[in-house]
Amino acid sequence: MDRFLSRSPVASGREREGDENDFPMNKAWANLRDDFPVLHQQVNGHPLVYLDNAATSHKPRCVINALAQFYERDNANVHRGIHALSNRATAAYEAARERSARFLGAASAHEIIFTAGTTDSINLVACSWGGANLGRGDVILLTEMEHHSNMVPWQLLARRTGARLRYVPVLGDEGRLDLSQLDRVLTPEVKLFAFTHVSNTLGVINPITELCARARACGAVTVVDAAQSAGHLPIDVGALGCDFLALSGHKMCGPTGIGILYGRQALLDAMPPWRGGGSMISNVEYFESRWAPAPQKFEAGTPNIADAIALGRAMDYLDDLGRDAIARHDEKLATLAYARLKAEVPGIRLLGPAEHRSGVISFDLPGVHAHDVVTFADQEGVALRGGHHCNQPLMRKLGLASTSRASFYLYNTEDEIERLIAALRKIQRFFAG
Amino acid sequence: MQDLTDLYQSVILDHNRRPRNYRVLPQANRVGHGDNPLCGDKVTVYVQLEGDRIAGISFQGSGCAISQASASLMTVNLKGKTIAEAEVIAADMHKLITTGAVDEGNLSDLAALAGVHQFPARIKCATLSWHAALNAIKGEATAATTEKPED
Ligand SMILES: Cc1ncc(COP(=O)(O)O)c(C=O)c1O
Repeated sequence: MDRFLSRSPVASGREREGDENDFPMNKAWANLRDDFPVLHQQVNGHPLVYLDNAATSHKPRCVINALAQFYERDNANVHRGIHALSNRATAAYEAARERSARFLGAASAHEIIFTAGTTDSINLVACSWGGANLGRGDVILLTEMEHHSNMVPWQLLARRTGARLRYVPVLGDEGRLDLSQLDRVLTPEVKLFAFTHVSNTLGVINPITELCARARACGAVTVVDAAQSAGHLPIDVGALGCDFLALSGHKMCGPTGIGILYGRQALLDAMPPWRGGGSMISNVEYFESRWAPAPQKFEAGTPNIADAIALGRAMDYLDDLGRDAIARHDEKLATLAYARLKAEVPGIRLLGPAEHRSGVISFDLPGVHAHDVVTFADQEGVALRGGHHCNQPLMRKLGLASTSRASFYLYNTEDEIERLIAALRKIQRFFAG
Repeated sequence: MQDLTDLYQSVILDHNRRPRNYRVLPQANRVGHGDNPLCGDKVTVYVQLEGDRIAGISFQGSGCAISQASASLMTVNLKGKTIAEAEVIAADMHKLITTGAVDEGNLSDLAALAGVHQFPARIKCATLSWHAALNAIKGEATAATTEKPED
């Protein structure tokens, strides 16, 4: 696992008890599944086993209530009104920004920009920072495992500016980055290095502290895609030393349509706005305007107030459980699932490392297409994802058109691994016919 | 609850396991491509048109059991048909796959795909090769795509 995880203040703050496999469970973990109303339903006659958390996570009741409470009690626009409701909405929205800064270890709330999600955050950096700082001859460094949303915005930017793309290779099915190639690809022409913390297909956890340090030594600005990690692993942008970090609320127990871009203050101050409108200005004339300072400079128009507030509540929920404990829970389930799938499902091809991994496991069942696996598993009440997982180039490199994917989160259990394996064995028997 | 054997009828499993006419057709004078960006599945349909008659038809590609069986069954059923007949069958198939209606007596073994409509996420798998074949017959060189990319 990333060294950063074991060194983080959150991880060291709560010591493990008992043996190595006995991860800490504070009171918040008791009856945790009861916090998630959606889990308690039958799908096709079976209790739901939700293993599509890498696509989106479910929401605890406290987050759902936060949304309802905002609309029932405080609903008003922010930063504009003088009346009581507007004051309350503004205070709650800005409190969510403060909460987010604490959640990520940012130096101040001015470094937190609310966006629509990871994709939106990355596009912001590409348009604003990229447009102002990249030109012909410059190189944008990515890795071969990036999600399309951390690839296509850079392709568009490269086309606009004449910059070139370059990739850190991925090593085979185990999916680790080939760090022996880093010196070759991380050269002085690299102005920006964007990489994912956790791969949504391979489940591999990248050594992002090391990547940030190497990039910094080379003078490159770093963008961390934390879509798959923010709700799963402790993150401290200060200790990490990244320049930008992007996340999506909906993958970390928060609502859809809200995300964050963390940006280092000095960079944000120097960046031009990317969208114009209300709220992002300090003064507007008919032919010329001046911008508000960051983060308002990057939040044109009425923001997603309710969802930002509910995201703050999701952060409380995750920290009550402890992100170190969540990480160990994910890893324990994923390691067990990996070992059992390998032992009990004949011929299965598993992607990603066997251990020290996140909760995402992709696999290929020989002779059964991923769509058939997912349709069949759904009939057993097991929700999986099948497809290329927005990783088409990586799939092609691995010689796969698509895979099935099981992704675990804090409410999943060992019994659900049992249900997954039973479903896969049944599928194999059916198609072996 | 839908029954999986409605979707995976034995005809479909058979055509998935032993797809008919799965090859390049050297004498083809029309080619159609189908792409499902949602899952990365691809199919290529080769057609040998003689006048307005489909003298030969074959396919190649990767995909789920539904898409492979649908393509295989299609080649068997369209061979020897005129363009007009093929278009009628394709229209009936579209109705069958999307609604399950089997009122047309001339669909024969294609009726095995009637269960697909109960699985909305799978309808595109069944229609992909038919889009590609129609493109081929109409002489369109562009790829048939079942929808816009998801991301
Ligand atoms: C690694 C990774 N990056 C980026 C994204 C994009 O997130 P969103 O669609 O919420 O913008 C995802 C989501 O699937 C992801 O898994």
